[in-house]
Amino acid sequence: MYIIIVGGGRLGHNLAKSLISQSYEVLVIEKDPGLVERINAELGSVALVGDGCEGKMLESAGARRADIFISLTGEDEDNLVACQIAKHHFNIPRTIARLLDERNEPLFKKLGIDVTINSTNIILEYIKHELPSPPVMHLLKGLEKDFEVVDITVPSSAQTVGSRVAELALPEGVILALIIRRDRTPLVPGTETLIEAEDQVIAVTRPDDEPSLRAALTGK
Amino acid sequence: MKVIIMGCSRVGARLAELLYRDGHQVTILDVKAESFRRLQQDFGGTALLGSGMDEAVLRRAGIETADAFITATQGDNRNIMAAQVARHIFNVPRVVCRIYDPLRRDLYSELGLETISSTTIVAQMIKEELTG
Repeated sequence: MYIIIVGGGRLGHNLAKSLISQSYEVLVIEKDPGLVERINAELGSVALVGDGCEGKMLESAGARRADIFISLTGEDEDNLVACQIAKHHFNIPRTIARLLDERNEPLFKKLGIDVTINSTNIILEYIKHELPSPPVMHLLKGLEKDFEVVDITVPSSAQTVGSRVAELALPEGVILALIIRRDRTPLVPGTETLIEAEDQVIAVTRPDDEPSLRAALTGK
Repeated sequence: MKVIIMGCSRVGARLAELLYRDGHQVTILDVKAESFRRLQQDFGGTALLGSGMDEAVLRRAGIETADAFITATQGDNRNIMAAQVARHIFNVPRVVCRIYDPLRRDLYSELGLETISSTTIVAQMIKEELTG
C-alpha cells in the first residue's frame, strides 16, 4: 500500500510516522525545505521538497501507483486541487482532504473528494465529550456516507443500567461493537451482556438513527 | 451582461474596464482594498472587498443572477476553487478560469471549466512573433 501525503507540518509529519510504523510505504511532499529536512532526519528519506499540485512533482513521486492520497495543507483550495489532480490525472483510488472551512464541505463532496477531515470539528467533539451529560461523540463521522462510529457513555442514573443488550430498544441495523467498562476493561457485547453504569459504548449506526440509539442506551 | 471578476490583478482590472466600457454590468472582487487602485478613475462598476471563494461574498456580488464569472487572481488553486463554486454551486452560465500551470489547465478543461493559460498563450505568441 503506497500512500502520498501532501503537507509536512505537524499533522503530515506525525501521520507519516504512524503509517511507517504500520509498514506502509509513505511519501511526504512539502514546500518548506526546513520541514522536509526535519522529517527525513527522523524518519529516513520519506519526504521531498515540492508542490503537491504540480503534475511533474507528482509524476516523479510515482503518483500513478499510489493507493491513497492525503492532502493536509493549511489551505482548502490547495487541498481541493491536489486531490482533484490525484484523482483525475493520476487515477489514485482514494483521496482524503483536510478541510479548514467547514462551509466548503458540500463543494468537496460534490467534486468527488472521498473523505474530508475537519480538525476543528473533531476537536470540538472531543471537548464536548469531556463536558457533563456526555452527548454522542463522533469517532468516524464523514469517513463513510452511510454510517458513522459513535461513542456513548451510559450515565449512572440511566434506566438501562442492569438491562441485557437484548432488552434495549436499539434501532434496526445498529451494531454495538465494543463496551468499555468503568474500570477500563473492554469487551465485545453479546445479547446477554448486562449494561452497567458508566459503560462506554462504541457503536456503528446510520446518522439518522443516532438520536434513537442514544435514547435506547441512556434512556433519555 | 452581468459579470463578476475575481481578483483585481492587472488582467482583472483591465478586463473590468473593457467590459464596463462596452456597457456590461461589472462587479470586481479582491481581498485587498489596495488592489482596487489599479482601476481607472472612470470605472463605473462595483468594486467589492472579499474573497471570491466565499459563498456569502459571492451572493453579495449577485452571483445568483450573474451571466458570467471570471477568475483572475495570481493563484491557480484559488482560481480553480472559486470557478468550481461558481459552476457547481451557483450554476453560473459562463465561467472562465485563468490557470498558469498548463497541466492544471488541461485537466480542468477536461473537467468542464473554460480555462485560459496565459503562460501557454503568451509563449505561443512570442514564438510566432520570432519565427513568424
